[in-house]
Amino acid sequence: MSEKNYLTTDYTLRSWLLTTDHKRIAILYFASLIFFFFIGGAAATAIRIELATPQADLVSSDIYNRLFTMHGIIMVWFFLIPSIPNTLGNFMVPLMIGARDLAFPRLNLMSWYIFMLGGCTALFAILAGGIDTGWTFYTPFSSLYSNSYVIVAAAGVFIAGFSSILTGLNFIVTIHRLRAPGLTWYRLPLFLWSLYATSVILVLATPVLAITLLLMATERFFGVGIFDPRIGGDPLLFQHLFWFYSHPAVYIMILPGMGVINELISCFSRKPVFGYKFVAWASLAIAGVGFLVWGHHMFVSGQSLIASLVFSFTSFIVAVPSAIKVFNWTATLHKGSLRFDAPMLYALAFIGLFTIGGLTGLFLACLAFDVHATDTYFVVAHFHYIMVGGMVTAYFGGLHYWWPKITGRLYSEYWARTAAILIFFGFNLTFFPQFILGAEGMPRRYHVYPPEFQVWNVLSSGGAVILAVAYLMPLVYLGYSAFFGARAPANPWNAPGLEWQTSSPPPEENFATQPVVTREPYQYNEAFEAEPQNA
Amino acid sequence: MTQWRPPLALVGAWLGLLALLALTVALAYVPLGAGNAVVAMSIGTVKAALVAAIFMELRHRNGLTLVFAGAGLFWLGILLWLGLMDFVTRT
Amino acid sequence: MPEPPVFASQYVSIPHRDHSAELGMWVFIATEILLFGGLILAYFVYRHAFPQAFAEGSQHTDILIGTINTAVLLTSSFLVAWAVEIFSAATAKIVTWLLVGAACLGLAFIALKGIEYRKEYHEHLIPGIDFQLARPLANGVQLFFVFYLIATAIHAVHMLIGICLLLTLAIISRRAPTTRHHTALHSAALYWHFVDVVWIFLFALIYLPGRAAS
Repeated sequence: MSEKNYLTTDYTLRSWLLTTDHKRIAILYFASLIFFFFIGGAAATAIRIELATPQADLVSSDIYNRLFTMHGIIMVWFFLIPSIPNTLGNFMVPLMIGARDLAFPRLNLMSWYIFMLGGCTALFAILAGGIDTGWTFYTPFSSLYSNSYVIVAAAGVFIAGFSSILTGLNFIVTIHRLRAPGLTWYRLPLFLWSLYATSVILVLATPVLAITLLLMATERFFGVGIFDPRIGGDPLLFQHLFWFYSHPAVYIMILPGMGVINELISCFSRKPVFGYKFVAWASLAIAGVGFLVWGHHMFVSGQSLIASLVFSFTSFIVAVPSAIKVFNWTATLHKGSLRFDAPMLYALAFIGLFTIGGLTGLFLACLAFDVHATDTYFVVAHFHYIMVGGMVTAYFGGLHYWWPKITGRLYSEYWARTAAILIFFGFNLTFFPQFILGAEGMPRRYHVYPPEFQVWNVLSSGGAVILAVAYLMPLVYLGYSAFFGARAPANPWNAPGLEWQTSSPPPEENFATQPVVTREPYQYNEAFEAEPQNA
Repeated sequence: MTQWRPPLALVGAWLGLLALLALTVALAYVPLGAGNAVVAMSIGTVKAALVAAIFMELRHRNGLTLVFAGAGLFWLGILLWLGLMDFVTRT
Repeated sequence: MPEPPVFASQYVSIPHRDHSAELGMWVFIATEILLFGGLILAYFVYRHAFPQAFAEGSQHTDILIGTINTAVLLTSSFLVAWAVEIFSAATAKIVTWLLVGAACLGLAFIALKGIEYRKEYHEHLIPGIDFQLARPLANGVQLFFVFYLIATAIHAVHMLIGICLLLTLAIISRRAPTTRHHTALHSAALYWHFVDVVWIFLFALIYLPGRAAS
């Protein structure tokens, strides 16, 4: 290995902290996100330990409120939203379109610094004593009554939002302007379609969160009434503004995962993705329709019945493009030459878990059912199936798939498969009992509960232990692989995408010569050999 | 030496904007009932369109730039439409 | 001494770079539209709830300062558009003065805004600090003034950023202007015009309602 790659061009700390190379910035993000993932995970662990018994034995109700708020804020804004876009996306977008870098490399670095500033602010709020409003910051509790560090935590989220916006802006312009010659829109890998759709949401929804948090903080700091009904304000306005961002943000937290799954399913079935154009447009449809459904978080809040009906209807509509994707992935598997390497195990797990999460979402879109299920564990289980079962699983799948490209090393397939299977079982054991708890009426956000709920809670906590161990395993074997693993060839999976047509790890300039794209993505010949996009 | 002179379109837009400003202030004092709000917002929209088309050069731009410029407005429409829907249909 | 590259290596030409920068700026403006959009929704929701109070609140604002400020900002935008249009090495000096002029108009806007805030403070119209008004419309008027202050404050922050950008560009493109400076000026100009457009709507929402009633 005498040739220089992006990792070996320079070893100084300065060369990392001032880099504008999208690949190095992806690594910076990756390291930061691991950190936040385990902080959020530690809070989740504490929650599950507390809930193992009906009594309060570990924490008080006040501390419990702070724990689940910290878990939510860290996991949503400092792990899930940046997870796939800012690590795998940052690394892969220029490689997959045959470009030298993103359109605005310095903006990309700035995005990471802004993210870290936001993250440190949120961490400061937690260390100073935490925040007890739940991740949704609902007024008037957050603005009038809460005695916790609401403004500091909101400031952290506010700042991190700018990082999201800059990343989204960068991806949109890059995908429009920097595609290699011959790379038309319908030749783009589907991962890029989904990242494009994600970026649209990042750019158009995040500013509304910013102004919402600003209004909430103003009300709290100056003691003016903005959402305070005593002086004519309307608390539901806060919820409308908040969910105008936060429901589309749910799609920020699943679309990139769906994108990764396309790459994995296709590569390990040795077939093109079935119904490419439908899957591509389904991503944009989810991003667009996702902006029309936010009121389904407010069915029992007292919004008007007409609003509830409209939002219920649009929520059913958004299931259609999601279903198109699931059907097309299954159709892709049909008559494929399936290989069950670790990334494929994650992909299959994703399809199953996402389907359960999506279908229970349809339950909740029904007004009549939602009235009963609101604020129960049914909702908790539903969105964890999407966000953890879906997004985190896809993140791990993508990480394993592109690991040889990113690090230039191979990992232990045995341990990777073991971890994938453990994650699948641990996840289901943790969250499936919560559907039953919710259906039986156990409310969320309480640290004590009637003894008849204990069986399911013990199962859930037991599953959480397995899940925690399974999430720690990759840290060990991937960490080992990064330094001592066998050298990876340029194209270990024999995949056709442009990112595999350069060396592993790629050189600083990505490609020795400008690739010229000559065919659709995901092409394989009769012997299931990849036909590279640029040959 | 004329290369420093502003193009006529810019001067025209500037004068037009100032005229519209005078018009909208004057009309605000004419009792039109609910019509006052409509007039104020309509003239505001025309002024914004002038700025966008001439100062921001959108009249010289192709479809993609127009789509980008319109996307924010379109999503603002969604926010106002579905957001207000609740408040105007409360019983 | 090696010649610095004219454009970064991810681009194939100067127009390629410039068009990308322009698209990026438009994406950013879309973001900004929705930032102010949240405020606009709040305004309409409360105006719908308290129509008379909003008309009353509007009458407490100073329409003279509001109108002058609108004219100041429109003129400033015109100067910037002019500077973009004639930007070249031969006109560097005029461009500099146009930008300085536009920035000074921006500062005049901020100064007038400050005078208006001061006046409202003396009339006890600043919610959270000093707000006194006879009932029964006090609640709605207070919501109007909360909206007014937050919206104009955020707008003023945008103005200050814009003024810094214009002055920086005036200084760095004073001699030997390059195509990079032109691209940067073009992006800054888009931003400045956008801030102008926001003000056009804030003016219509804040100063104009309720004038005809009295």
